[in-house]
Amino acid sequence: MTVARSLLDKLWETHEVLRRDDGTSLLWVDRHLVHEGSHHGFAKLAARKMALAAPELTFGVVDHYAPTRTGDVAPDIRRMIQTLGENARAAGIRLFDLHDPEQGIVHVIGPEQGLTLPGLLINCGDSHTSTHGAFGALAFGVGATEVTHILATQTVWQKRPKTLQITFDGALGAGVTAKDMALHWIAALGADGAQGFAVEYAGAAVRALSMEGRMTLCNLSIEGGARMGLIAPDDVTFAYLKGRRFAPAGAAWAAAVADWRQLHSDGDAVFDRHVSMDASAIAPTVTWGTSPEDALPITGHVPRADGGKDIRATLDYMGLDAGMALTQIAIDQVFIGSCTNGRIEDLRMAAKVLAGRQAVVPGLVSPGSALVKKQAEDEGLAQIFVQAGLEWAGAGCSMCVGMNGDLVDAGKRCASSTNRNFKGRQGRGARTHLMSPAMVAAAAVTGHLTDVRPMLEGRT
Amino acid sequence: MSGWQTLTGSAIALPEANIDTDQLIPARFMSQPRSAGYGGFLLYDARQANPDHPLDRHAAKVLVAGRNFGSGSSREAAVYALVDYGIRAVFAPSFGDIFAGNAVNNGLLTAQIDDDVAALLMARMARTAVAAQIDLGTGRATIAGQDIGFDLDPVRRQKLINGWDDIDLTAQYSNRITTFRAAHFAAHPWAMPTS
Repeated sequence: MTVARSLLDKLWETHEVLRRDDGTSLLWVDRHLVHEGSHHGFAKLAARKMALAAPELTFGVVDHYAPTRTGDVAPDIRRMIQTLGENARAAGIRLFDLHDPEQGIVHVIGPEQGLTLPGLLINCGDSHTSTHGAFGALAFGVGATEVTHILATQTVWQKRPKTLQITFDGALGAGVTAKDMALHWIAALGADGAQGFAVEYAGAAVRALSMEGRMTLCNLSIEGGARMGLIAPDDVTFAYLKGRRFAPAGAAWAAAVADWRQLHSDGDAVFDRHVSMDASAIAPTVTWGTSPEDALPITGHVPRADGGKDIRATLDYMGLDAGMALTQIAIDQVFIGSCTNGRIEDLRMAAKVLAGRQAVVPGLVSPGSALVKKQAEDEGLAQIFVQAGLEWAGAGCSMCVGMNGDLVDAGKRCASSTNRNFKGRQGRGARTHLMSPAMVAAAAVTGHLTDVRPMLEGRT
Repeated sequence: MSGWQTLTGSAIALPEANIDTDQLIPARFMSQPRSAGYGGFLLYDARQANPDHPLDRHAAKVLVAGRNFGSGSSREAAVYALVDYGIRAVFAPSFGDIFAGNAVNNGLLTAQIDDDVAALLMARMARTAVAAQIDLGTGRATIAGQDIGFDLDPVRRQKLINGWDDIDLTAQYSNRITTFRAAHFAAHPWAMPTS
């Protein structure tokens, strides 16, 4: 009799080079993705006079500092991009440079290029590396010291996390998305609710998601504290990957799919913790505070007190009154993009809301990659955004993190399809409300947080 | 990196939950090389907004903070800012996983304490700097005269005490890594990128 194993068990075993007596594993890394922020790692490696262990498994991309608009580029931003280029050339790694037709956000282009595959271990010096777990890959963010270690050895030390299975039963309602599922569970469990766990998402509502939706869900795992999110690969996964640039082809494809079909938790696998959610009960969800756990259905009100937690400082920062309806919150601008919601399906949903309508506030739309940008232009989505009065920009992390100069001004309020409403995240003193791209589009049209569902009626 | 086992210094309280790494070091400072020193960037915006911020009133080595300290972005620069300022230990009910890993790689202790212990310490400390002694060996500390125990993963404890460097540690396994690599790609040839 074989012991029932979880998806995490299977992925861990496949990559475990050794396990020390203290329980820490040395794991083999199949893909290491680097970006401008990896400069600390390259500098540490150079200081030790070491070379890359596996340049053929290392891929670089310009995203965090990528300018998305035309015009002058600040010297420190230019320097960050140049430094990555120099490091990539010296190390002999493939770089998706600023003007590469396949450039984009690392967590968008990894899957897009077929660099992300089921069964791989993927690391990147970015916390949203959990995104790639949507393919059934073991993917997690690392810090600069770990980046250096991976560059030097193509391995990473890691203690196996506990397992948390979150099941979404039932079906999502119209206008409700993976973003809402994520904010829903994070609000329920807390921003540290899944610390120390790898989350595996399961259930009918997860199976029904496209790859874009699954990536959004896994992307936000870290906002609930989990370094890794996982979804077992299936035919939806394989259909997405087939024919991608770096994906296996021909006979290798068939062999790969045969392997990948084993990548699921066995029926009687035991999880350290299990949480069940009813997908049909989830409403479009928005954040009101400065942590992703500060999330509520759009039909709700700004809380007066949050379980004893003193929220005065939060409401002060956000400029909100306790008890006001969420739909009364007026916004100054919108942003659509990021590794969370910058993919083609996200843009399609926002465009569906915006078609034939006008935004009453300014806004920026930054596609997740140059290929997403081209596809959106080919499909006529870009024209819808422009006709609605929004700015259509280039691809990058953009206003999610503001490193490239796409910032929200102090005191301004932004409805944003991004992942973090932290104080100062989108700019010093900026006020961020997280929501799905469709909800951002609805807010753009009305000028305040708005339930998108009535605006989608009659639109297919 | 040199290890440490005991520490004596002053402690201050930051009685807030969810002090994320974006707050610990705002993104706009992250293009600076480490050699410039990151201490001045620590909680920069919070300190600007509050001229009487505890970090500017006292030269602390120890912080006591609310739950989910260091959550969010994987930026190790958040740890650099703390360490370059002079912080060697943070006590909180919970920590961001990636932050905690980064911390130990830079000699910074992330000591987990219960919610009620954190509340008790914060009440005792208020806005003052208090004396703190920490012993990694016993897993106990005295802060503001209060003797407390703290949780720390045994692996991290050993790493802090010994000042281990992972790359040096891993070097002894290089043959096993080479062997593993060959077997791994033989078993999963599709795992090698195609073009």
